[in-house]
Amino acid sequence: MIRVVLPSHLRRLASIDGEVKLEVAGAVTQRAVLDALEAAYPMLRGTIRDQDTKRRRAFIRFFACEEDLSHEDLDSPLPERVADGAEPYLIVGAMAGG
Amino acid sequence: MTMAGVRVLVGTRKGAFVFSSDGTRRSWEVSGPHFAGWEIYHLKGSPADPNRLYASQSSSWSGQVVQRSDDGGASWRPVGNKFSYEGTPGTHQWYDGTPHPWEFARVWHFEPSLDDPDTVYAGVEDAGLFRSTDGGENWAELAGLRDHETGPQWQPGAGGMCLHTILLDPANRGRMFAAISAAGAFRSDDAGQTWRPINRGLHSEGIPDEDAEVGHCVHRIAMHPSRPSVLYMQKHWDVMRSDDAGESWHEISGNLPTDFGFPIDVHAHEPETVYVVPITSDSLHYPPDGQLRVYRSRTGGDEWEPLTKGLPQEHCYVNVYRDAMAVDQLDDCGVYFGTTGGQVYASVDGGDSWSPIARDLPAVLSVEVQTLP
Repeated sequence: MIRVVLPSHLRRLASIDGEVKLEVAGAVTQRAVLDALEAAYPMLRGTIRDQDTKRRRAFIRFFACEEDLSHEDLDSPLPERVADGAEPYLIVGAMAGG
Repeated sequence: MTMAGVRVLVGTRKGAFVFSSDGTRRSWEVSGPHFAGWEIYHLKGSPADPNRLYASQSSSWSGQVVQRSDDGGASWRPVGNKFSYEGTPGTHQWYDGTPHPWEFARVWHFEPSLDDPDTVYAGVEDAGLFRSTDGGENWAELAGLRDHETGPQWQPGAGGMCLHTILLDPANRGRMFAAISAAGAFRSDDAGQTWRPINRGLHSEGIPDEDAEVGHCVHRIAMHPSRPSVLYMQKHWDVMRSDDAGESWHEISGNLPTDFGFPIDVHAHEPETVYVVPITSDSLHYPPDGQLRVYRSRTGGDEWEPLTKGLPQEHCYVNVYRDAMAVDQLDDCGVYFGTTGGQVYASVDGGDSWSPIARDLPAVLSVEVQTLP
């Protein structure tokens, strides 16, 4: 079971309370987690990464285990503590005004 | 006897608000903010089913979301938000004149079909026109507009290269109009498949070619449904009119104190009664002398009178955006507009007097009105 934490405005969009818990089949990579997230919550498609290019949106970052994974290879395995559900995968909106 | 009602749909920088009243339009119920924290560029109801609403929800963080309501705005659900340009989109000009690839940014305007609640057009930035025929679930580009041979010459206005106006001709069902900042006005006579620029007679400072086919910063076009060949335009500078469905334009700025502005609209029952909100200049986006004045012409242009009763006449430095004015269909015609200061003003007497139905909203991006049976 993978735990995912979303920024509050995306939790509201997807009507999610608290963390998301996802089953990910196969290798636990960032791409696999994002694919599973968008399959479970189709309204999140396009809000985290571009629907065509799959590029991360500029003001969204990915963190886990106190590491910024935003520029890591999407197909590399996530840390074991994320894969076993001990630590969440964090999707974070950049802190910028407005 | 049931009294007709009015619903005012207000999009702001931080969410959407829905105001409802009976036909007297004296007291208003407010719901919102819907989609709190997001920019709501536009909401609009289907003329064929007033319970069907579409809303454009976007943010710099999370991109574009499309929301749909089937119960007049009481509840909403996200529908399709994939806007992919047809084929390889190519380039338009960037601010500095260099080629820049077409990139989707957001939906500026939804125009629901006149007779099918599930069909809706979307005007987007970078300029393109999309259509859904399944209630917003899937979007397909009507690429004949963006693919026009002048496309590589189009340039963004200061607010981005947006397709902000879509008008559907109620008499000639294949005919539609679109306007793009800063490419100009376009017309299709085959339901959006092919398009041509309709900018003859427009003259813009900064465009040395008097006959330039594109490049005009059209801010808004309005039409009265009973006379769809007559178009009124607020251009960056100049208020313009066409009597031949855009084949040619002539200036009707007349005695306006300034002919810069954004919105323009037509009275529901008087096709020659037109409203604009003059703004000081392109660099001073507030009304002249700090006085918020709607100007009304009852002669189809040229002769304008200021409407001031109930509007602030000192120290007012707000703007009124291009999609932030609308009229209802009641008798007397109601006129509504929203400001960047968060006020929404309503007139229930065709503009003679005004009162605020909201004073302290986030900056208003759009105002639409539905007249309910």
